[in-house]
Amino acid sequence: MTTITKTPGPSTASAGRAPNQKRDLKIATGLSHVALVAWALITAGPLLWVLLASFKSNTEIFLGKPFALPNSFSFDTYVNAWSDAHIGRYFINSVFVVLISTAGTMLFGAMAAYVLARYKFPGNRAIYYLFVSGLAFPTFMALAPLFYILKGMGLLGSYTGLVLVYIAYSLPFTIFFLVAFFKSLPYEIEEAATVDGASHVRKFFQIMMPMARSGLVSITIFNIVGQWNQYLLPVVIMSGPGADQKLLLTQGIAQISVSAGYQAEWSTLFAALVLTILPMIIVYAIFQRQIQSGLTAGAVK
Amino acid sequence: MRHGKYPFIIGFLVVPVALYAIFVVWAYIQAFYLSVYEWSGLGPVENFVGLGNFRKMWDDTLFWQSIKHNVFLLIFLPIITVILALIFAFLLNVGGGQKGGVTRGVWGSKVYRIIFFFPQLLALAIVAVIFGRVFGPDKSGMINGLFPESWQPWLFLADERYAMGCILVVLVWQAVGFYVVLFSAGMGNIPTEVYEAAAIDGASRMTLFFRITIPLLWNTVQVAWVYLGIAAFDAFALVNIMTVDRGGPDGATSVLSLMIYRNAFEFSQAGYASALGVVLFFLTLTFAWVTLSATRRESVEA
Repeated sequence: MTTITKTPGPSTASAGRAPNQKRDLKIATGLSHVALVAWALITAGPLLWVLLASFKSNTEIFLGKPFALPNSFSFDTYVNAWSDAHIGRYFINSVFVVLISTAGTMLFGAMAAYVLARYKFPGNRAIYYLFVSGLAFPTFMALAPLFYILKGMGLLGSYTGLVLVYIAYSLPFTIFFLVAFFKSLPYEIEEAATVDGASHVRKFFQIMMPMARSGLVSITIFNIVGQWNQYLLPVVIMSGPGADQKLLLTQGIAQISVSAGYQAEWSTLFAALVLTILPMIIVYAIFQRQIQSGLTAGAVK
Repeated sequence: MRHGKYPFIIGFLVVPVALYAIFVVWAYIQAFYLSVYEWSGLGPVENFVGLGNFRKMWDDTLFWQSIKHNVFLLIFLPIITVILALIFAFLLNVGGGQKGGVTRGVWGSKVYRIIFFFPQLLALAIVAVIFGRVFGPDKSGMINGLFPESWQPWLFLADERYAMGCILVVLVWQAVGFYVVLFSAGMGNIPTEVYEAAAIDGASRMTLFFRITIPLLWNTVQVAWVYLGIAAFDAFALVNIMTVDRGGPDGATSVLSLMIYRNAFEFSQAGYASALGVVLFFLTLTFAWVTLSATRRESVEA
């Protein structure tokens, strides 16, 4: 810090500098805003473009002028996307799968984390490290074996298989996070409950779970977003005969994109994208603070 | 701990451990095992080839091309994302200069943060579909549509020279906001007194950024680097959905993850796919280890 300690002389020098500094500051602030506005436009631009294009006819899309308003606001493309392109079904499939798998992840993750964090027993460390080491392995490595394990169990192309795999692959991070969280909670209340004769199971559900609420909320959001956005696992698992009825949203959109490409018929695709993104924007608008802290929770320790 | 501690412990652990053992641990063990067999995915696993799969990889030009692309992402994705995110986070948190002795962010920093973060919520698969059209090679593409009427449309993803660059741009587009929020949280933990003291000493905003923010944020930057590196080893959804011929044109966007997927499920080469997976595993570990040891320095406590 030696370079910056050159303090200006007490009176005259600083008096001469002040207006200059103020102007510099204004310019710097102006430049800051230019940079920030530019990035905001780059971020929002493609999404806005998708929205505008979703109302345009295919001819209009090929005219160029991407940010021109559509000639008319017709919702035909949306009707097509919802029923003919099955966005509605894919959406409900995704909601169904993520609801069950996140609930399962949280229940089993919290149970395991609680026991690993608060009980001494032989093998405790070994099990903990077994779970945490899962963070080091890329999912891609296990892709082929995972497929054949599911095939062997007859779970290929079934939601049961997908949900179980989602839960299994979400456990390492969930347990890693929650063990640290459970360890940070005070022991006195739990001890008092033991004295009062509460069973272990009761202590977990009635005392520890409510105390761990903030941690549970963060990691629940983390898992919901992570599982909602999964693409690789559904592509691998929801394959085979009859699976096309069960596609998840990410897969479905990718498939619509391919078929739209063959016919160079883009407007339905854009409507499908809007139907996918809009709910995310609404949820984000309501819960943006919780979502931001939930998703960054893993990295700030 | 009186009544039945062990039944309780076992009862709570049995389901999670079983699920994890079957679908994760067993799958990874199998991956190592299959990597030394030639196996199509059907019938018994019996054709032991030792290191044959790895020798095949050594001679596979697509493998080296894919590695090259992964390394390209591995270098540029973290550098560009971290630099942009640091700058934006600094502007949002400290860039507003001082008023009444309090360092603050620029006006509207909350709104910027909300907008910047949003892409993180979108699945990479959705982002891939959007940008497949943004980079559309004719007037229907967003960028070509913005170009003047007289220009020849750019090919973007269909041009092997620029296709990988397009992938990088999309990954950066999605990631920056997340790291802006992450770094902002870190900057929020730096006591304002530190900034004030430096500002009283006449430090400019540049000095504040390089001499205070970066050193005090170093641990978070390290974590960001590792996360982004791991993302650079994936990129599967982008390449699979967005690129021409999936990994094309002519292998120009092929990456390891795509190779693993296609060998396992399209080329009936489950053994080779597992061997590629083993290589990916060691590459990821090496990367994390190198990053963490190369960037280790005295952590500065605020």
